[in-house]
Amino acid sequence: MAIKIAMIFAAIYFMLVFLGLGIGAYYFIEQNNWGDPLQLVNKFLVYYVVADLYLRYMLQKMPVTNIRPLLYLPIKKDKVVGYSLGKTMFSFFNWSHAFFFVPFSVVLVINGYATVGVIGWHLGMMALLFCNNFINILVNNKDGLFYVLIALFSVLGICQYYGFFDITVFTAPFFNSLYGQPWMAFLAWILLIALITSSFLYFKNHMYLDAGLAGKTLVAKTEDYMWLNRFGILGTFLKNDIKLIRRNKRSKTAVIMSVFFIFYGLFFLTGGIEAYEGPVWKIFAGIFISGGFLFSFGQFVPSWDSSYYPLMMSQNIQYKEYLASKWYLMVIATLVSTILASFYIYFGWDTYMAVLVGAVYNIGVNSYLVLWGGAYIKTPIDLSSNKKAFGDKQAFNAKTLMLTLPKLILPLGFYALGHYWVSPSAGYLFVALAGVLGFAFKNKVFGLIEEIYKKEKYKTLAAYKQKP
Amino acid sequence: MITAHNLTKVYNSVAVLNIDNLEIPKGQSFGLVGNNGAGKTTFFSLMLDLIQPSSGCINNNGVQVDLSEAWKPFTAAFIDESFLIGYLTAEEYFYFIGELRGRNKADVDQLLSGFKDFFHGEILGQKKYLRDLSKGNQKKVGIVATFIGDPEVIILDEPFANLDPTTQIRLKTIIKDLVAKKEVTVLVSSHDLSHVTEVCERIVVLHKGEVVKDIQTSAQTLKELEVFFGR
Repeated sequence: MAIKIAMIFAAIYFMLVFLGLGIGAYYFIEQNNWGDPLQLVNKFLVYYVVADLYLRYMLQKMPVTNIRPLLYLPIKKDKVVGYSLGKTMFSFFNWSHAFFFVPFSVVLVINGYATVGVIGWHLGMMALLFCNNFINILVNNKDGLFYVLIALFSVLGICQYYGFFDITVFTAPFFNSLYGQPWMAFLAWILLIALITSSFLYFKNHMYLDAGLAGKTLVAKTEDYMWLNRFGILGTFLKNDIKLIRRNKRSKTAVIMSVFFIFYGLFFLTGGIEAYEGPVWKIFAGIFISGGFLFSFGQFVPSWDSSYYPLMMSQNIQYKEYLASKWYLMVIATLVSTILASFYIYFGWDTYMAVLVGAVYNIGVNSYLVLWGGAYIKTPIDLSSNKKAFGDKQAFNAKTLMLTLPKLILPLGFYALGHYWVSPSAGYLFVALAGVLGFAFKNKVFGLIEEIYKKEKYKTLAAYKQKP
Repeated sequence: MITAHNLTKVYNSVAVLNIDNLEIPKGQSFGLVGNNGAGKTTFFSLMLDLIQPSSGCINNNGVQVDLSEAWKPFTAAFIDESFLIGYLTAEEYFYFIGELRGRNKADVDQLLSGFKDFFHGEILGQKKYLRDLSKGNQKKVGIVATFIGDPEVIILDEPFANLDPTTQIRLKTIIKDLVAKKEVTVLVSSHDLSHVTEVCERIVVLHKGEVVKDIQTSAQTLKELEVFFGR
């Protein structure tokens, strides 16, 4: 019950954020005198569309995985393909846009924009985003092409920021014309129909196990990482963990998510959102910025190794070294995130201090807590797919919920204590001190965590036996 | 020497394994046969401390496996694909196991060179991750990995399944050679009666979790087993 409520709250939260953007964007732009709201939005739409494509490529599930079992059944090929492609239309990646575009369009009409124009613009955008759906299906697994596109747009974005070259000068007129000449929307729809037809034909013609339905096999290269040998058995595990992260889709997603976490702080530290203005929130942000990897990767230790946990448990392995390897990874990632986040210095040293203090607390306290919590999660992970990458209801059990409290709330408490009793600097000092203390007791804490892992061993093995 | 005393495993009040007394002397090649659900894999899982016995215990060279982990250095097993790491190449996997068992790269390479025929050019240098290998080739990798680090006890669950005929014959030779040295205890389970009778000195038949036959292999064994399972 508590799980469902938590999930519903999360869903509502995101919907509200999108809705808020859809309604608020117009007035926000107007208030700041940034010019015509629709034109400004149109200016940046090209990046929106590309970002959408990027997210889809990384996260959206491909329809092909569901086709295989249907091949042997007495169903016409047309129907199978139609069904699989049709199903993608109802993906979250398609309808979530409506939460922004529908209210935004309504606000435009209310504020005196031509109704026909807005409808044209809205329908045109809808078609373009659905186009992305099918482009994603068509280019799936063509990494080379895809990364070139992303690199191109990153360069364009940077060029625009520094004023060398502005791509939006060329793209904005198109988006504007959707409003100015609403019939232009037909062009987008024709493109969409063309894409639907070609993906339909592509799948129909490639519906063989060794063609369109073949799984992607990467060319493997044996890698030694000899430089890690000096760390003994710990190095052995580190080698394995690095390969785990580099060679599996699911773990790569965890890394990408941790990069997003670095930017998450912008909400808090730039004063963009008033609700987050309180000084205590800074620590909250600091912990997220430096600890993205720690949270997205660490909370699923030992589930990352779920597919071969019986091997690990019957080999000559000390839990201590196994855990230490994961711990070092998290510490290194926390340090790297902290360095990457140094652009927060731009918002003042005080802001970056929150990140630094958050990093100390993450290394000293949270790194243990995620390892501890991981022992109770017991969700087998399918490394090759991104299913459930955003959490799973089993990950929300009472014990793990209890463990999030010290991860996030406790440091806020420490800070508040110092901030309101003594001074803001004392707040930072308190949080950092907690981290340093935790760090000092590393061996003791590792011993305790080891005991828990041992105690949970049989339950964990049984849980991992269930198909993910 | 491996001994099991009063060993039972109960799931939902159904006993899936119930062994009063079983002794496997050092150096024996021990075959376990039985239909699905007879308790073969349960027995192996208990030996590896992957599940807890409901009562009784297993001793492996004087180590009670559910109390101490000291059996791990001299015991190796390949039960199923959960003993493979899918995102590693075969070489990486062998070296990983080697490092865990205190063998360096050169040691492992030397051992692997003895299995050229067995691999049949389909394992080493393949530019493929284990997850992309065929079931048979995955099995070859898993089996050979158990030989790394000179273990005294080797457990192989259905090693012949999924192997092509040539490899099956080679595997039989490998197991016979191992046992001939009288130092390694090999525990094998199989659904193929002729293979087990060929490689094992002793065959135990499990039926619904209980030992129903315990035979020293002879020329008549295969016939005897066929009669038993043909009932």
